Amino acid sequence: MTDVSTRSGTERGLAVELSDLTRVYGAVKALDGLTLHLAPGELVALLGPSGCGKTTALRILAGLDQPTSGSVSVGGKDLTKVPANKRDMGMVFQAYSLFPHMTVIDNVAFGLKLRGSDGSSRRTRAGDMLDLVGLGQHADRYAHQLSGGQQQRVALARALAIEPSVLLLDEPLSALDAKVRVQLRDEIRRVQLEVGTTTLFVTHDQEEALAVADRVGVMNAGRLEQLAPPAELYSAPATQFVGEFVGLSNRLPATVQGGTASVLGRDVPALDGSTSGSGVALVRPEALSVVADAAGPATVTTVQFLGPLSRVTCTLADGSDVVAQLASSDALRLTPGDAVRLEVEPSPVLVVAG
Amino acid sequence: MVGAFQDENGALTLGNLDALTSEAALTALKGSLILSASTAIIGALLGALLAYLIVSMPPQSLMRRSTLAVSGVLAQFGGVVLAFAWIATIGPVGVLTKAMDDLVGANIYGSGWLFGLPGLVVVYCYFQIPLMVIVFAPAFEGLRPQWREAAVNLGASTWDYWRHVALPLLLPAFLGALLLLFANAFAAYATAAVLVSQGQPIVPLMIRQAITSEVLLGQANVGFALALEMIVVVTLVMVAYNVLLRRTARWMR
Repeated sequence: MTDVSTRSGTERGLAVELSDLTRVYGAVKALDGLTLHLAPGELVALLGPSGCGKTTALRILAGLDQPTSGSVSVGGKDLTKVPANKRDMGMVFQAYSLFPHMTVIDNVAFGLKLRGSDGSSRRTRAGDMLDLVGLGQHADRYAHQLSGGQQQRVALARALAIEPSVLLLDEPLSALDAKVRVQLRDEIRRVQLEVGTTTLFVTHDQEEALAVADRVGVMNAGRLEQLAPPAELYSAPATQFVGEFVGLSNRLPATVQGGTASVLGRDVPALDGSTSGSGVALVRPEALSVVADAAGPATVTTVQFLGPLSRVTCTLADGSDVVAQLASSDALRLTPGDAVRLEVEPSPVLVVAG
Repeated sequence: MVGAFQDENGALTLGNLDALTSEAALTALKGSLILSASTAIIGALLGALLAYLIVSMPPQSLMRRSTLAVSGVLAQFGGVVLAFAWIATIGPVGVLTKAMDDLVGANIYGSGWLFGLPGLVVVYCYFQIPLMVIVFAPAFEGLRPQWREAAVNLGASTWDYWRHVALPLLLPAFLGALLLLFANAFAAYATAAVLVSQGQPIVPLMIRQAITSEVLLGQANVGFALALEMIVVVTLVMVAYNVLLRRTARWMR
């Protein structure tokens, strides 16, 4: 994560304001009063399950869809009724959006051509953009001669060539294999920081969102559940949905009293929004430690080696499973069948109604 | 093909090929080319328009599904049945001919245009247009919505999108379909055989005459040479069609 106020390209970005957006398709409410502010030069990721409304929000911002109510403004200018081709936004789609009959450089120069830029200056600009994404040497190839990752790089260069006021990324990595996805997401972040364009990144991949965004908005059923920097989103989820959707969470019985939650016999701070009285604490696997104890109330079920870390699953006396993430050096001392005791770290937890 | 290079006694000869340059053969070839080209162009333009209208409808639309199904049937609806249908409709005593005569006094049969090249053009369009629909509709379906949205997002108007993206993408498929229609009309025989009883305005009818004539005997090998001429033309057309098809397939994959 990068501090928005200190990034190099910040001065080139514009603020984006989505105000109380609602979008209804027949009986389905795809967006339900979404309000979202993006600071100039900021990269905000919208994260959520399929059908949560994140792509609808992005398409409304792009002008490819119209809100049932609400408004869209960029740099203080109301764009709600402005057609998509007049909005000056660059967009990268999921996949297969390059024009297949054009070479790479013609694809990148397409937006400039529409703007009346002369041949040599648009080729120069398109070449610069291709260099920016590391594909300068592929200028004369066609889309079908490029890998999926290269195609998405070209799509990014094409979107940036027109110097858009806002960059929109609609799950641009979802069609790529895991290794390329990680490389390209870092590339997208590097380029975004370099050009300083305000960016909205839609994804269903939480790791992707947490890795590249200044702030992540978690959406559910057309609503924004929480908008926060990645670390805050992970460590202090505002709602049960966020706690369970972002990262792994164990559901452990807890009692809350006066801002303190008692979990597995230990008192830890309860986050704002926690229920009072009895409930269920959402505890991260890394907030649990597993201690070998012949009189312990839990039993090790599996030990899953993940490299430097391992995941240990234990079964409690009531039959429920709990997952703990430990350093492999500690986890590998445990074997299935061992009696153990679980301890909770004193980090804040969200307690929800059981 | 071997028969094209043999005389009536089975000896090898190139004499049959000389017959291809006779005035009658050249006239028939010209007639075939005019008929094929005109019905291919008319069929391609009207069929492409119809295909666009159909593909613009939702996939589950009854109109879309039924039009595609009917096109599939009509594209194969040639031959004697088609010729009879037209004769029964606008022939000298056709239903429509009589009705128009009775109702408004118009003689749509005229001087017998249905039984000449103009009639063949009209009748051939009856299967050429549906053929274009079923051949070209997939090309429209292959236009990805992302291409339009990407173009619009980059500042393209509807006209810009069609001019710079959709039409260039559709052009190879359109030309390929045009060639297919040309070959289809060029090779068609039965419909013309029923409609045209006098003269040989197109090559297939000239072949018929060469092979079956009881007046001019020993012309069968000339008929084979004419068939070889048709094979060469259709082969060239199909090679060009495949080149265009490969290009489109590469783009659309």
